Amino acid sequence: MIRAVIVMNTQGKPRLVKFYDFQPPEKQQELIRSVYGVLSERADNVSNFVEADAIFGPGTQLVYKHFATLYFVFVFDSAENELAMLDLIQVFVETLDRCFKNVCELDIVFNFNKMHMLLDEIIFGGQVLETSSEQVLKAVEEISKLEKSSSAISLVPKSVSARFGR
Amino acid sequence: MAGGSSSSSSSFSTAPAPSLVDSLFQRSLDDLIKALRSQPAGAEPSLLSRAVAEIRREIRSPDPDTKAVALQKLTYLSSLHGLDASWAAFHALELLPSPSPLHKRLAYVAASLSFHPSTTDVLPLSTHQLRKDLSPSSPPPFSSLALHLLSLSASPDLALHLAPDLLPLLSPRSSPSSPLRPKAAAAALRTLSVCPDVAPLLFKPLVDCLSSPDLRVVSAAVGAFAELASSGDPTPYLPLAPEFYRVLAESGSNWILIKLLKIFTRLAPLEPRLAARLVDPLCDLLRRSSAQSLVFECVRTVFSGLPDHDRAVRLAVDKVREFLASADDPNLRYLGLRALSMLGPRHSWAVEESREAVIRSLADPDPNIRREALHLIMVMVFDSNVVEISVLLVNYAMKSDPIFANELLDAVLTTCRRNVYELIVDFDWYVSLLGEMARNPHCTRGEEIERQIVDIGLRVRDARPELVRVARGLLIDPALLGNPFLCRILSAAAWVSGEYVEFSRNPLELVEALLQPRTSLLPPLVRAVYIQAVFKVLAFCFSTYIDQLEISQLSSLGNSTTGGASSIVESNTAAAASCIADGIAGMESTDGIATVGPLSENDEVEVHGRARNLLGLIHMLREILTWKTEEQGFIKDNRIGEIVNLLQSMFSEELGPVSVNAQNRVPVPEGLVLEENLADLAWTLTEDDTAPSMSISFSLRSHQHGKTKDAAASSVRSASLLAEHRKRHGLYYLPTEKDETESNDYPRANDPLLPASQGDVPEDLVKLTKQSLIPRKVKHTKPRPVVIKLDEGDGVSTFPSTTVKESKDDLLSGAIHDALLGEGKPSSSQKRYSDKSSRGRVKDIADTGESVSQSKENLESGNREHRSSGSKSKHRGHGKERHRSPQKNEEKEEKNHRNSARSSHHHERHKHRPRGEALLNVAPRAPVIQHFLL
Repeated sequence: MIRAVIVMNTQGKPRLVKFYDFQPPEKQQELIRSVYGVLSERADNVSNFVEADAIFGPGTQLVYKHFATLYFVFVFDSAENELAMLDLIQVFVETLDRCFKNVCELDIVFNFNKMHMLLDEIIFGGQVLETSSEQVLKAVEEISKLEKSSSAISLVPKSVSARFGR
Repeated sequence: MAGGSSSSSSSFSTAPAPSLVDSLFQRSLDDLIKALRSQPAGAEPSLLSRAVAEIRREIRSPDPDTKAVALQKLTYLSSLHGLDASWAAFHALELLPSPSPLHKRLAYVAASLSFHPSTTDVLPLSTHQLRKDLSPSSPPPFSSLALHLLSLSASPDLALHLAPDLLPLLSPRSSPSSPLRPKAAAAALRTLSVCPDVAPLLFKPLVDCLSSPDLRVVSAAVGAFAELASSGDPTPYLPLAPEFYRVLAESGSNWILIKLLKIFTRLAPLEPRLAARLVDPLCDLLRRSSAQSLVFECVRTVFSGLPDHDRAVRLAVDKVREFLASADDPNLRYLGLRALSMLGPRHSWAVEESREAVIRSLADPDPNIRREALHLIMVMVFDSNVVEISVLLVNYAMKSDPIFANELLDAVLTTCRRNVYELIVDFDWYVSLLGEMARNPHCTRGEEIERQIVDIGLRVRDARPELVRVARGLLIDPALLGNPFLCRILSAAAWVSGEYVEFSRNPLELVEALLQPRTSLLPPLVRAVYIQAVFKVLAFCFSTYIDQLEISQLSSLGNSTTGGASSIVESNTAAAASCIADGIAGMESTDGIATVGPLSENDEVEVHGRARNLLGLIHMLREILTWKTEEQGFIKDNRIGEIVNLLQSMFSEELGPVSVNAQNRVPVPEGLVLEENLADLAWTLTEDDTAPSMSISFSLRSHQHGKTKDAAASSVRSASLLAEHRKRHGLYYLPTEKDETESNDYPRANDPLLPASQGDVPEDLVKLTKQSLIPRKVKHTKPRPVVIKLDEGDGVSTFPSTTVKESKDDLLSGAIHDALLGEGKPSSSQKRYSDKSSRGRVKDIADTGESVSQSKENLESGNREHRSSGSKSKHRGHGKERHRSPQKNEEKEEKNHRNSARSSHHHERHKHRPRGEALLNVAPRAPVIQHFLL
């Protein structure tokens, strides 16, 4: 299964963190720091895989991709295929790109909820459920529509609902 | 914030009065993020604590909007800033039933990120709400949220209670292409793995998902099975193999195929016929597929699942070579190497074929690839090629970067040490290799090298002369003394040269090396070893000297030839004579430091004490010098001669390795009560408790002569000693002009080498290994020396078996096994129905077998607490295997039956059994079944 999805910037600041086996927040920060320590050491022209036994326990690997100012990191165990995970990062990033129209770090910073919504459509409880970004976007739009329509009635503060309009 | 102010006014109308202030001034998540982004560096902690205080106030608000925003902010801070959110678990729970989809979502997101199955005590309170949201009547997005929470934070209790609610979502009836069904499958996986008891309920619907027309459902189900099969015992899923095989044949999705291959990788080793049937589709995929992920998965399945099928292995190896050759994609090169290491030594020809690529990878810019290549090479080490490979790696370690250099050394050290040096034939070579490793400028593996030097000294008698030679080389080099990583090696070298001084060509040189001025750089414990070594060397020298005197006196009458053999002794006498002056001079400085630096008392005491011993010895031995001058009065003090001989015989007593279990084998003498309470003896201590050790050490102080020199004087003297030492061993010194300018500094031992030859490193490497990695017969020029090996507790250590997880997996697989056997079978394949009836009958008849497994099940659930002892659970494991095997037989047999003729029943089956047994090798238990069947 996929153990964790971490998006962080090249300074090591986490932007999206999701662990599929529960870790307390302090532990999460510690793990993110170790991951950053490993990734920041790596040159650009090297492979995208890192054996993560020392950080996440035996049998785990992580795969990462470096886009502009961001690292996208997926941590997984032996039940996943390495190259498929690499593809999945691509799917995720493409989905973000389509959702935010040329995604940049700021989009991710200010769309905490939407990021989780998107991610949860692709990976569900550590299992890959959807690999088509079109389907993911469709599902997310439906949820947003539902929330918007009901928030119009219940007068949810606009500052909250506005975030889903981005 | 325009949005913020307008929102507060809009919530004004709905919010009750008390929350007015809160709502009015509440910061939204965006406001919080902006504040965090605009704060100056270092102000974050105070900002965060203010934000949390704010959230704590807002979250108690009766207004759901305020509460939701507060919860959202907290979730954000907890997720990305690592703040604790467990205190708000109840507030998240409060929002779960909210009718607003947004609030509900925020609450579920908060819960899924912060609820922990075992530490969140309010988790059981969510059961009712989850059930409500899971019900088919609630909107799909709500169910989706509930499933999500369930798949992340299900505790066993929650899983047990909610498993029935998953059923409608899992079934195809609800809606044919519901987006919820794959999610329900993923949630069912989690439920199954935390609570195996629900297997009878959920297993069948999950199997049904495999035959869904919706690919996403199939994908989720296959993923769930892949997870189950790879995390535990795959045996229970063997009956599903035909189903998986069908999906494999029908499905075109790479994602599904990859997961299926994961399952088959686990199943193929259990069932040879399955492996045989997989060869064709796998070869097909390997040839046709353009998706590298799928090709790699095929390679993995072939290498770890069906290594006996040469056709498939051949094809897969070719694919791996393509991977290795892909110059522009380090990922493929890396995975190619990983694939090769799955193959194992039996298929070493595959590594041999890509030898060049593997060796070249040692110089890859990617550390992953280098490490993998190293790993691969080390797997290929045999006693015939260990010399070549080790030399290659140790040489390469000189050129590579510090981290990898140490990995290389590590690999060589651990491989050669394996199983009490079973690979090493030529110990002289290995010992000198150890010496070379110590000279690697990056070497930080001092402890391991120390251990091996001493260990080989103890175990391999024939290696001692070479060991002493190597040790001399290390000790005499002043440049090594400054490297803190090497002091352990030097300590071992000092010990070896003291212990086996009889093999030394020139003990005097040894004493000089051991007492050289720069030894002050060593940590105290190592210095203590040095001093002790000097003590041993001196004792040896003088004992030889005295022997020599005796001989010469005996032969002085005849003045006969002393012969070539005694020339060594001759040199020893010379050594002994000059040892004294040198020794004393050296000792004074040593001792000076030992007394001056009382900082680390414990260690210093060790140095101090040994230095005293040594001084005492030298003082006594001084007398001998006077004998020489007097020449005739050498009988004068035979006492000293005796003492020296005594000391020498004391040290020449050989130390041997001791088995870790040796103590156990010592019988307890009769009359010795080990459990006796020694507290009763306390009174004897209080009576005459003095400080004996102290008094002795102080009485020695009277021998002290000229040691209370001030630091300046001693430093002047040590500098002059250093100059003296250098003059003698110019070999190790810097060029003179540099020597002049910074006289007290040697090149640092771990100065990095110039990276001059980096460019042609791969070529060098490949050139170096014209030798093959494949083992081949080598004529050993000399026989392997005896290596002392103790019968037990040596080399191979027994690891405590991992029990806890396994037992859980066993539970699950047991439950699934029962689910498969009990509830009949996956309904998707119609053809099985004919079998079902006969199987049911078999089960009724084979009632005893079932009851055995039942009782086993009970026993297990009862014993859950007693899992801790490894041997116990292992024991049970065996028992279980035995219980299960009849059932397994049934299974296999049945499949066999199905494959051949599915319409007929009993007789037909009977006829087929012998063949099935022959194929399956399950003969031992077969007779028992026969009885049940009849």
